[in-house]
Amino acid sequence: MGLKTPLYDLHIRLGAKIVDFGGWDMPLHYGSQIEEHHAVRRDAGMFDVSHMAIVDLKGVRVREFLRLLLANDVARLKTIGKALYSCMLLPDGGVIDDLIVYYLAESWYRLVVNAGTRNKDLLWIRRHAADFSVAVAERQDLAMIAVQGPNARQKTALLLAPAQQTALLELQPFCGAEFGTWFAARTGYTGEDGFELMLAAADAADAWNRLLAQGVKPAGLGARDTLRLEAGMNLYGNDMDENHHPLASGLAWTVAFEPSERAFIGRSALENARRSGGPELVGLILEDRGVLRSHQKVMTGGANAPVGEVTSGTFSPTMNRSIALARVPNPSSSTVQVEIRGKLHAARVVKPPFVRHGKPLIAI
Amino acid sequence: MSKIPGDLQYTKSHEWVRRMQNGAVEIGITDHAQSALGDLVFVEVPDVGRALNAGDACAVVESVKAASDVYSPLAGKVTSSNGALASQPELLNQDPYGAGWLFRLQTSASADSAVLLSAAAYASFLADESK
Repeated sequence: MGLKTPLYDLHIRLGAKIVDFGGWDMPLHYGSQIEEHHAVRRDAGMFDVSHMAIVDLKGVRVREFLRLLLANDVARLKTIGKALYSCMLLPDGGVIDDLIVYYLAESWYRLVVNAGTRNKDLLWIRRHAADFSVAVAERQDLAMIAVQGPNARQKTALLLAPAQQTALLELQPFCGAEFGTWFAARTGYTGEDGFELMLAAADAADAWNRLLAQGVKPAGLGARDTLRLEAGMNLYGNDMDENHHPLASGLAWTVAFEPSERAFIGRSALENARRSGGPELVGLILEDRGVLRSHQKVMTGGANAPVGEVTSGTFSPTMNRSIALARVPNPSSSTVQVEIRGKLHAARVVKPPFVRHGKPLIAI
Repeated sequence: MSKIPGDLQYTKSHEWVRRMQNGAVEIGITDHAQSALGDLVFVEVPDVGRALNAGDACAVVESVKAASDVYSPLAGKVTSSNGALASQPELLNQDPYGAGWLFRLQTSASADSAVLLSAAAYASFLADESK
């Protein structure tokens, strides 16, 4: 018996197959994972993401604190409501978690962190927050629903009073704002447009049912995984973890080395890693039939060349091919061989994302 | 409830066996198995002519989430395999006892079918497994 979100009973009623995810009983799919995937690419789907942890940080020194805690720089957030994706690092550069931080007020930022890492994240955040007199509050009173797809924003807007609909639809990408009792952000984990809604746990079932009435299709963790992988987005625990730094995880773009005087946790380790080079995360498309899976070996050269590893692999419903993220020692090769059940199969090295806004970005 | 046709035999690893003429059999995976695997996206069937022992891993079915081996329920030689599954693996989800068949065997004279379960025995095995 795992933890349950406020929407658990609705998932059961909708026929969800439930699996354990980071200690939570979550829907894997509601019948067909592939149909749910296509619904998000072509129309609108919704995910219960209430298992993720929402953490509010308040205090007059909160910005200073986050500029130490996070590898990306919250000073880049100039307007209220703006969001930023960042890693939170150990001093040796290992990734404790990846997260989204929202700038809500001068002395108030909000983090959304992964479900499976919430306890260690909170310990780490609290340990450092004390020095800055920053108050750390986990918002267990809130639920979260991600509505994603080309028609997601229009369908979501219909739940609001007419006066608020325009404002919601005018929300810019990677920005959030309050709409009545909701906090809505134009963010997601699918490569499609849409919103992530944070709302009172007691209101979640009503919002879910009203989205259902607008034709938004419930989608489970299975579709969430194929969608995020097509979108070239990392999954914590697969594509990055405490044993790998962001530069070896395709996340160099999330590390703010400038300004050079900002001393964030993990900075000196990353500067060393940047000088010495090393393995990188690349995208793979399998040329043969079959399915790439995490931990398969990736051969990039001759018999004695160092071997890489698939970190996330799946079948892409949009491309009708198997795709993967893989950590490889020499990312300059254009083709590699992946070992699947003892046999080598050719795969092409590509730059993720594979799919954005419903369309494959890479020719097959 | 998953479908369990009364005229087939079953294994505890969720394959089914259809008796044809003169020792020929058709083999696939059960409705319960396809439902547990979810949407299938890749199926690898054995080559024609391959000799199999009972219990040999001889086919692979992969859903979006995971790969599973299929074991031959009987000893024999592969006489045909279902080529349609290469381009339409979803046939296995849609019609596991019909268009989703995997391969056919000419069983050896010594093939021991004693280990196979009747439909009733497989149904009660599934009921016990889900407890």
